[in-house]
Amino acid sequence: MIEVKNINKKFGDRAILSSASVLFEQGKINLIIGESGSGKTTLMKCMVGLENVNKGEVLYDGRNFIAMDDREKKAIRKEIGMLFQGGALFDSLTAEENVTFPMTMFSDMSAEEKRERAQFCLQRVNLPNAGKLHPSELSGGMKKRVGIARAIAMGPRYLFCDEPNSGLDPRTSILIDNLIKEITYELNITTIIITHDMNSAIEIGDNIVFIYNGTIWWRGPKEEILKTENPEINAFVYASEFMKKIKKTFS
Amino acid sequence: MNWFFHLGRYFILLRKVFRKPEKFVVYRTRFIEEVDSIGLGSLGIVCIVSLFMGAVLTIQAAFNFTSPWVPLYAVGVAARDTLVLEFCPTIVSLILAGKVGSNIASEIGTMRVTEQVDALEIMGINSSGYLILPKIIAAIFVHPFLIILSMFLGLLGGYVAGVASGVVTSYKFIYGIQYQFLPFSITYALIKTVVFAFIITSVSAYHGYNTHGGALEVGRSSTKAVVYSSIIILLFNVILTQLLLS
Repeated sequence: MIEVKNINKKFGDRAILSSASVLFEQGKINLIIGESGSGKTTLMKCMVGLENVNKGEVLYDGRNFIAMDDREKKAIRKEIGMLFQGGALFDSLTAEENVTFPMTMFSDMSAEEKRERAQFCLQRVNLPNAGKLHPSELSGGMKKRVGIARAIAMGPRYLFCDEPNSGLDPRTSILIDNLIKEITYELNITTIIITHDMNSAIEIGDNIVFIYNGTIWWRGPKEEILKTENPEINAFVYASEFMKKIKKTFS
Repeated sequence: MNWFFHLGRYFILLRKVFRKPEKFVVYRTRFIEEVDSIGLGSLGIVCIVSLFMGAVLTIQAAFNFTSPWVPLYAVGVAARDTLVLEFCPTIVSLILAGKVGSNIASEIGTMRVTEQVDALEIMGINSSGYLILPKIIAAIFVHPFLIILSMFLGLLGGYVAGVASGVVTSYKFIYGIQYQFLPFSITYALIKTVVFAFIITSVSAYHGYNTHGGALEVGRSSTKAVVYSSIIILLFNVILTQLLLS
């Protein structure tokens, strides 16, 4: 479980997040949605410590990440897996080496054990034969799957995904969504996903957080977001013709 | 003010770079890779530039020493002193600032804009230490070898050009490069080399590490890395020369 309490973040004089408070439940897929520039990525970066907050707390199962020293933060980060928008795979390493990388840095596993674990993770993301390929030889969807394999390699307790569907075709998007969903339930981890994709939100989200102008505008189960009459949420959720038709059909 | 901001941020980065590594074995492997990339990767340009510059310096020295009062072996002395004291440690370092510095800045800058640096941080790895420390140590280790090689090749180029063009005899040139030779010249050159190696890698890494944006900013960082490394090398060249030779 991750709890964010009154997070404030400014870039210069511009407030990006204002008193943002939200709870992300364990064993569930928590989605953060909102318009571009609303503060979603900043919130995630503040949660994992890639951005410093001006005020507030981030509690990882009760442990305040913001108040920790560097050593304690490092320990928490070993419990975090993150899938970046572009995969963020290390260009100089093969897919298998990318997956074994955190094990090389933080475990005393033998080369054989690391290879086995990497193979297991790559198989888990349906890429059993991609181990020897470099990131430049992988498609966008494959890169994201290797990114997921790397994120789960050390058995994380918290999984962060920054727009896992961006730039992918609908079929690959569903594949990635399902993969994240399965992994979340299988490992009983706290998963937080930033997305713009309402299909994905409806498909896999357990809880949805809507950010508007740097504030947590709405939070609730996915079924509720389709029924709410809040104009800001409706403008976002039913922006596409497809979603408008769905609303029409159901109403 | 901007200058102080960068200076402060540079030293904060250096403090992070020199923190205790997470795993020595990994850093050792990275060090060997960097020796290969920085050292062996620069071998070609250092050899070519040194040979030709040595040749040109010798011919120019001979061209300028027209007075019958100047002995012929002075061509060797001039070539030796120019190469050992200035050309090899400073000019070759400036060339390496262009080659190695831009490479380091663009490599780390690209890693920054493609979130690979963030990925390292998320894993709990000291990204600055992991990326920069092996480069600094490798450069400090390998640059002196490159400069010694550069000195040898420069003198060889001078010898070949001088003898082949007939401006100096083989005996006079060899006599000249041995004449009143001060071994401290080599020490001085190597001290400068080590300092310049540190400047090239750390300044370039600083610009790469603080890249934000996209491909355009990576290019800008790369250019800044070369420009600032070169200026700082020239500044330290004066300071070190004053400290060591005066």
